Amino acid sequence: MAASIEFEHVQYRLPSGVAVLDDVSFTVEPGDVLVLVGRSGVGKTTILRLINHLLLPSTGEIRVEGRATTAWDPIALRRRTGYVLQEVGLFPHMTVGRNIAVVPHLEGWPEARIRARCGELLELVGLDPVSYKGRFPHELSGGQRQRVGVARALAADPPVLLMDEPFGALDPLTRSELHREFRRIQGQLRKTVVMVTHDMAEAFALATRLGVLDQGRLVALDTPDAIARAGDPRIRMFLEALPPIPVIAREPD
Amino acid sequence: MNLINFWLSHRPEMLVALAQHVVLVLAATATAIAIGLPLGIVAARKPRLGAPLLAFTNIVQTVPSLAMFGFLVAVPLIGGVGARSALIVLILYGLLPVMRNTVAGIQGIDRAVRNAGVAMGMTARQLLLQVELPLAMPTIVAGVRVAAVVGVGAATIAAAIGAGGLGDFIFRGLSMTDPTVILAGAVPAAVLALAVDAGLGWLERVLTPGAARHRRLTFRAAAAGIIALMVVVAGGFALSGRWGTRVIIGSKNFTEQVILGELLAQAVERATDLRVDRRLNLGGTFISEEALRAGAIDAYIEYTGTALTAIFHQPTSRDRAEVYSRVAAAYAESGRTVLPPLGFNNTFAILVRTADARRLGLKTISDVVPHAPKWKAAFGYEFLEREDGYKGLVRTYGLRFAEPPRVMDLTLIYRALASGAVDLIAGDATHGLIKGLDLFMLEDNRRYFPPYDAVPVVRTQTLAAHPELRTAIERLAGKISEETMREMNYDVDVRRRDASAVVREFLDRLGS
Repeated sequence: MAASIEFEHVQYRLPSGVAVLDDVSFTVEPGDVLVLVGRSGVGKTTILRLINHLLLPSTGEIRVEGRATTAWDPIALRRRTGYVLQEVGLFPHMTVGRNIAVVPHLEGWPEARIRARCGELLELVGLDPVSYKGRFPHELSGGQRQRVGVARALAADPPVLLMDEPFGALDPLTRSELHREFRRIQGQLRKTVVMVTHDMAEAFALATRLGVLDQGRLVALDTPDAIARAGDPRIRMFLEALPPIPVIAREPD
Repeated sequence: MNLINFWLSHRPEMLVALAQHVVLVLAATATAIAIGLPLGIVAARKPRLGAPLLAFTNIVQTVPSLAMFGFLVAVPLIGGVGARSALIVLILYGLLPVMRNTVAGIQGIDRAVRNAGVAMGMTARQLLLQVELPLAMPTIVAGVRVAAVVGVGAATIAAAIGAGGLGDFIFRGLSMTDPTVILAGAVPAAVLALAVDAGLGWLERVLTPGAARHRRLTFRAAAAGIIALMVVVAGGFALSGRWGTRVIIGSKNFTEQVILGELLAQAVERATDLRVDRRLNLGGTFISEEALRAGAIDAYIEYTGTALTAIFHQPTSRDRAEVYSRVAAAYAESGRTVLPPLGFNNTFAILVRTADARRLGLKTISDVVPHAPKWKAAFGYEFLEREDGYKGLVRTYGLRFAEPPRVMDLTLIYRALASGAVDLIAGDATHGLIKGLDLFMLEDNRRYFPPYDAVPVVRTQTLAAHPELRTAIERLAGKISEETMREMNYDVDVRRRDASAVVREFLDRLGS
């Protein structure tokens, strides 16, 4: 069901010649949650955009399910990769139900199947289908909106889920609530997830694999435990920025 | 009160004008959407292409509408006189707001929303139809709203090139200096503009996301309504196209010309089986001439002196027969035929009060010379400036007045004479107020003023195709004296009667 993602010596340059990513290589195994951390502007979002062909690498190759992104039809690739943004980006002129149904509609699912799927997903993200399906995005709270955003990304059951600081704009309580929900859902679905964040606590709370980006390079990629014990000063720098409480709050899986 | 009476007595005419106005604005707005929306989408996607497009429509917007109408009359293919040119001008005006708002609407969409659409695997077309257009729609409708309201206003000017509509009344009122007639056109135009504004404002609110639960339904209903209207309008335009043989009669935009246009039209209708289209109230000499040359009209009444100087740029002469034959020759060279004069000479008239003329036994301009040093005179600006106006007049007759002549607007000058503010004026020989205010026209005994004989000018091609046209128009030759013309002008200008009714009665009398 889930799929692998491979980066092989990927370099990405802006048209001005500045290298955003330099010789990045890594593999995400099916069912893994890879969380990438790093300062703003270090190329985290670029990695996500490279995976679903919103960007193409300057050199090197990215493979999704074993096939290079350049060999994929970009539309087909994007429909197999759910995308969750910090700003959520729900379509304001559509109801919650219609928002969730966008990709199934594009894929031409029959109406009855879309309706069933929509109810199922709202249940999954913890929203009552009957009372939320007909609402418009502006009638929801920030946390509810992000739940709908996750439901929308999962609608056509894509094997890959890309999450760009999905919980960044939420208040701490809502955020930790959604962290719990995310682990519950991921426990059921076992998607291949690539998430970027600059919140180290979030990274430790959610990752099965943790990558540290610095100056366009992937300086570490390991399990969270291994990262926590690492001696590399570039990694220590991030760990020192970590407030103590979320580590304590981390629950056993 | 006057206004309501005017509406009631001109009900059929008002309804036609209103319908013309609405159809013109609807068709222009619909076309502006059809062109402006795609252009706006392109401009939003490719700013490098969009910038010059927007600049062009911006420039168009700053051209005064009357100038644009006047300019377009002389342009081949798309130009000319009538609804077609008016439509083009109105479309050009509507283009900017529709385009600009389409660009603004699309570019104003939250980046995250657009990015979400792309990342979800929407094609460019799906993104446009499912996300960008629905979200930009309130802004686009706001643009359409501006375009339609501007269109209602600009369409009143379209009457200057014979497109009809409510502007007909406004122009007629202006030439008659009758506020009631101006209001008869201006009030419905204003109400129409407000109604359009309110209607589209409602649509704009309905389309704003999160407005109402059932807005999808209302949106569909509104869309269906708009499409139905467009079909009706398009159908109407297709049907109103040339059916059978028509002769198009034009006229310039003052009362006498409208009467004469109506006279030509009714004379043709009475004597032949031809269908007559009226393009009355065209702008001035220039527009009428261009229209005739281009074949947008087949015939109108011109004045020999005007044709010679203003159209053919030749020096004039005092000899009526000579002027007529030179004008006829010049027209013949450019494919037009001049038919025999109607009879009256609409030249400058030196006018005094009839009471004075009777008391002092005045008949000719020469008779005035001994009294002039005690009199005050007033003339129009143009008359004072022209070499063949005031200066030549006093030289020819040796006139001297008590004080330098006053400059006065032509619409006020007759009343100024009648009220005794001045004692002598130069006016129009056929002006209705000569009769209405009991004024007396002195004979130009030294034949100072050039002749302005009213003559029908017809396209030679049309005459060849319909020989019966010549017979019908020639029946009018010599039948209209200055006195008759003054009476008809008086009936329309002062007694506020309908030009077509006045002409009908005249032709009835002529026939008997």
